[in-house]
Order: sequence, then C-alpha cells, then structure tokens
Amino acid sequence: MPLYHNDDQAMLKDSVAPFVAEQAPVSHLRKLRDSADATGFSRDLWAQFTEMGLPGMLVPEAHGGLGMGHMEAGIVLEEIGRNLTPSPFLATSVGAVAALAKAGGTQAGRWLPAIASGEAIVALAIDEGAKHRPDRIAATATRSGNGFRLDGKKSFVLHGHVADMSIVAAKTDGGITLFAVPKDAKGVTADPRRLVDSSLASHVTLDGVELDADAVIGEVDAGGEILDALLAATRTGAAAEMVGVGQGAMDMTVTYLKERKQFGKLIGEFQGLQHRAAHLYGEMEVARATVMKAQQLLDEGNPGAKLMVSVAKAKAGRAANLAVREGVQMHGGIGMTDEYDIGLYMKRDRALAEYMGDVHYHIDQVARMNGY
Amino acid sequence: MSDLDAFRAEVRAWLEENCPPEMREPVRDEDDVCWGGRKMVFKNDAQKLWLERCVAKGYTVPDWPKAYGGAGLNPEQAKVFRQEMARINARPPLQSFGIWMLGPALLQFGTEEQKVHYLGEIARGEIRWCQGYSEPGSGSDLVSLQTFGEDKGDHWVVNGSKIWTSYADKADWIFCLVRTDKTNKYQGITFMLFDMESKGVTTKPILLISGNSPFCETFFDDVAVPKTQFIGEINRGWDVAKYLLGHEREMISGGGAGGDMVSIGGAFAKAFGKNAAGELDDPILRAEMAAFDVDVFAYRAMGERFMDMWKTGRAHPASSNMMKYVGTELNKRRHELVMSGGGSEALEWDSEETKGGARARGWLRTKANSIEGGTSEVMLNVIAKRILDLPGA
Repeated sequence: MPLYHNDDQAMLKDSVAPFVAEQAPVSHLRKLRDSADATGFSRDLWAQFTEMGLPGMLVPEAHGGLGMGHMEAGIVLEEIGRNLTPSPFLATSVGAVAALAKAGGTQAGRWLPAIASGEAIVALAIDEGAKHRPDRIAATATRSGNGFRLDGKKSFVLHGHVADMSIVAAKTDGGITLFAVPKDAKGVTADPRRLVDSSLASHVTLDGVELDADAVIGEVDAGGEILDALLAATRTGAAAEMVGVGQGAMDMTVTYLKERKQFGKLIGEFQGLQHRAAHLYGEMEVARATVMKAQQLLDEGNPGAKLMVSVAKAKAGRAANLAVREGVQMHGGIGMTDEYDIGLYMKRDRALAEYMGDVHYHIDQVARMNGY
Repeated sequence: MSDLDAFRAEVRAWLEENCPPEMREPVRDEDDVCWGGRKMVFKNDAQKLWLERCVAKGYTVPDWPKAYGGAGLNPEQAKVFRQEMARINARPPLQSFGIWMLGPALLQFGTEEQKVHYLGEIARGEIRWCQGYSEPGSGSDLVSLQTFGEDKGDHWVVNGSKIWTSYADKADWIFCLVRTDKTNKYQGITFMLFDMESKGVTTKPILLISGNSPFCETFFDDVAVPKTQFIGEINRGWDVAKYLLGHEREMISGGGAGGDMVSIGGAFAKAFGKNAAGELDDPILRAEMAAFDVDVFAYRAMGERFMDMWKTGRAHPASSNMMKYVGTELNKRRHELVMSGGGSEALEWDSEETKGGARARGWLRTKANSIEGGTSEVMLNVIAKRILDLPGA
C-alpha cells in the first residue's frame, strides 16, 4: 500500500475538512470555554458528527458502523486537531471502539451499536497518577458474588463525568481485566477538572463498585491484549490529532510571517525566521508520514505496528510541540495574548502530548522494543 | 493473486536463484561497492556475476525503459523490487552517478540517440561518470561558475577548473557545467559531456579531514569538446542542472540520506552491556540513542512516503530538498552517537582492530553530507522560498 491517501480517503478528507472548519472552528472552542460549558463538548456538534456517520467509523459493519480503518479515523482527527475542536471522538470512537471490537462478546454487542448511533459516549479510565504507567495498574477487581468488586482511583479520564460508560482497567488475580462500568454504577464518583486546554478530565474514584460478571470486556485476566489494542489506537489517534494541531499552528505562523512588518520589512524575509520555519516544515512532514505509517500497520494488523505507534506518538509529539513553541515565539507579543488563537494551539498540544504516554514514555518504549 | 503479487513472487524467486550469497552481506568498505566503468576491478567473482545477471534483466536500473537498458518497471513494481532486494539484504548490483544523476537528466532532456547510447552504457556499467559542477569560487552560489567554453565552430575549447568532483580520478566521462555566454548568468551555461581522457584534463585528489580523498580538483586546459556533446540546448544547461540537482537530492533522499536506517541503540547494547533492568548501561546515552531511533524510524516512514509520492507525481517538486536536509542532519547525528558509543576505541586512526579507523573516518566523512549536493542552509532557503512561499527568500 502506498503511503498516501487513496481516492476514497481523499474524498473523505474533502468532506470532513470543510465540515469541521465550518461547524467547529476555533471560535467554537472559545464559545464553550467562555460559557463555562460543563459537558466538555457540544452535543449538537456530536449529533452532526453522527449524521455523517463519524462516531461509528471504526465500528464493524455488523455492529452498525462503517468498518473503516485508522487511516480514515486519522483524517477526522487531523481536522479536529487543526480546529481545536472539543470532541469525544478520540476516546469514544477510536479508543473504546478498538477495545470493544478486539474483545467482542456481550459488551461489544451492547456498546458498539450505541457508539455508532451517536447515543453513547465512552471514557477510558486507564491512568492512575500524573503520568501514564499502564504496566503498573493498581486498581483492583476482586471476585464478589456472581461478579466483581472494583476499588481504586483513576485520573486523566476525558469525558469521565458525562460518559455513559467507562472502560476501566483493573488488576485481577491472573492479570489485567477490562470492565465496562456504566454511568450510574454505585460507588463511582467522577470529579471533573478543567485542564489547560479547557477540556474536562475527571479523577474517578471506584469505591466498592459491584459489577456483574458480564461487565468484563473480553475475558477475565486477558485484558492485556485488549488494553494494548485500546492504547495503540488511542495513541495513534492522539498523534494524528497532534499532526493537525501542529499543522494548524504552522500554517497560522507562516501566514503571519507574510503579513507582519518590522524594520520596514515583512518578517518572513528574515533568514533567521525562514530557516526555522523551513526546519519546522520538515519535522511536520516527517511526523505526518510516521503517523500514516502507524495507521497503515495497525489497519494491516501488522506486528510491527506496536513499535511504529510509539514512534508516531513520540515524533508527532516533538514536531507539534516545536510548531506551537515556534508559533508563539514568531507571533511575538500578540502570541502571548488570549485573544489570538496561537496560544490555544499550545495548550491543546500540551494536553495531547501527555495523553496515553508522553514523548519520553514512548522514546523509552522504542528503546525497550529494540532490546536496550 | 494480483499482478503485483505475481510480480513479487517472480522477483523473489529470481533473486533467490541469482543473487550470490556474498552479495547479501552488508557493504563493509569502498571496494564492496560496484561502481562499474573502464577501470573497474571486481573484488570477487560474485560481484561480477551479480552485475552481469542484473544487467541481463535490466535490474541495474529497474525503472528505466527496456530500450535503454532498464527493466521497464512501473512505480509499484519498482517499489516491490526494492522491498524484495531489501528483504534479502541484497547489495545494489551497480551504483553510479550515471544512474542517479545523469540518467534522469538524459531521460528528460536527451535525444533518442543520446538515450540509447549513454543510458545503455550506464545501465551496463561500462562507463563511470563524474559530475563537474562546483568551482573554487562557486559553491552554494553555483550559477556564478566561470569555466568557459569558447566557440570554435564545430567544437568548444574549454578552460577552467572544477572542485569537489567526486571520484574524478576514477571516472571515465564527466557531465560538466560550462559557461558559453558571459553576458547571461542563467542562460549562458551549457551542459556538456566529455571523456576524462581528453587532452588537457587533469585531476588532483583532495585530502580531507577523514584522511581519505573521495573528491578531486579537476583542471581543464584547452580541452576540445565536439559541439554534439551536450544535453538540452546550448546556453540552457542551467535547466538541466537544476533538474539533475533535484534528482541528486531525490537519490540522496531515497537512497539513504539518513545513512544506515536501523536502531543504533540495539547495536550498542552488546558493547555496553545491560543493567539488571535490561537497559543499556549508560542511561543518558541510552536516552539519546532512543530519541535518535525515533527519528530514524520516523525518517524511514518519510522516505517511503516521499518515494511513493515522488514516483507518482504527487510530491511537491521541492520536497527532495526537505528530504536531503532532514536525512543528512540525521546521519551526522548517528555518527556523533557512534563515536560516543565507541569511546576511546573509536578514536583509533589506523589500528587493525578498528579497520584503519573506520569509525573515526566515517564520522568525519558524514560532515560533508550537509554540504555536498547543496548545503543544509541552501536546502532551508529552497524550502522557505518554494514550499512555504516566504517573501524575498
């Protein structure tokens, strides 16, 4: 498969890009933020996403979705990134779908159609501290009656306070097990915190949460593989979104270099800025190619995907971070103002960079996967 | 089975049968590379056999038309061919500036007669070409070149000198930028071709910081060049030169601007040993190597995407400048880490154990990567101007 969008994918981009730009540009984020929106995203916009079939892109056709791949989901995520659109798409339509589709069974049958129809928002309750350490999960699920009892704390749970269901990773006797924890389950409290990018992420407390045995996603103790699928999909998706964030910031900055005058010249005439902008262009192109490669390998079910996913999350993280830092610096004073959008790009990038493992985490993973 | 799958099976079977085992070993030193030409001395029979077998199939230049010595592969087939070669670590049967640079220029600008003649010689590895571009006073500002060809009716008399002519002392012919009109800077250069054995041509190797001499100074003293030996139009050689530079950067991009595109940390884990956690036993170097590996794997994806897009006309025509910039900077970084990883051993300059200071010399050699074929700074200028469309660039 060549590493560029085929005709169908190009068509998808041609319909998604103007849709997101018109319905959810950066002003949409500002409106939600300035009205102290308590949901974290617009349900009206999610309904529009649903009309286009987007929430169920990755949901298999048998469950009412479009059965598309990560390459296609990445197209949507890039536009979400470029427009800084607050959306549950990444957690619900990418991460949760990847886990449920991998697991199959009761929970897949119950939630995948609900995601595809736009009815269900699903949150991912994986992290437990300030850093992403999925190999050190401490939350526990112990056998209780016919089911399980969950105890522990989760953090950085995007949409956790409004999600209809949360996928919770917990330790069981023989490994990791994933659970579908419904919104109204007794003993679950979600404490939403406003983050730097105006999104809402919850600290979730699980205090003796009683669940039926069929709340298990997949099999007991066999959640590791499902968690891996969830993480690979979400990391790749976050990387795609970061490519959009970085590209949006870079485009805005390059435009500014062609408009702003100082010393009687357009600042874009100064070689000091030209070279930095050109360097950034190269980094963004490499990041884009890397993310596409990870998407392609995931879609192929290629065992090399795991390495490339970490490479993509790290590379996109580095490139987008450069884009937003150069963006603020090259905008000068106005780049520091709340009124101007470039600072919002910096904030979103920071949140995405941390989500599901930061640059350092994934660089370390790359070393481990290469035997050092 | 799709046509492409059938083709893959065919190539795989052919390679299995025809690529000698010795040609599946990594290239260790310069004479492992087959450059072809009149002065070619084969290192062993396997190298010669591998060349001959590939020539017979058109596999030295797989995507050139069959009429000019290629195998006539389309972009998808050529990618499959590259993948199958890489799968068994097959060495390229032939490498040359004829294949990478002059060939594409001839395909674009040459007459039918020139294509049949020169491309055939290149494909068969008969003639080794060198490139006469830079001059002592014309480096990054190439168009200021002064080597002059005086019009004598049926021939030019060429005087001047070139510098950084790679392997001029080993080459058979030169493709050379020569000023033929002193009144017009850009439209006063002709793209000439001539035999390095012509009377009045001398070469002098330049000793580099690596202690090696891959480059020469080349002097022209009343060299007579028939007025049939040029490409494109007289005085319009700059168009050819620019096109060729694009291909040079494509070659550098596709063919390994990033150098050896494998994990560097993996290679050093053995030498360094690992700690109890299985990590390379030098945490800061490990971190730097891992960060580098991320960039290597990322650039490998970029190389694949670039070639896919370039070969199908989807790439921005200036994107090879970005590839060259990113890749050569990456390769320089690799060799800095190789030196750090090697410690004091890597400093040895001529010991047997270090194969004559291979690491140190290789490290120093890479410093030219971001100078030759257009400096990194020129690449950034081109990206700023042609891709980002920044003002006054």
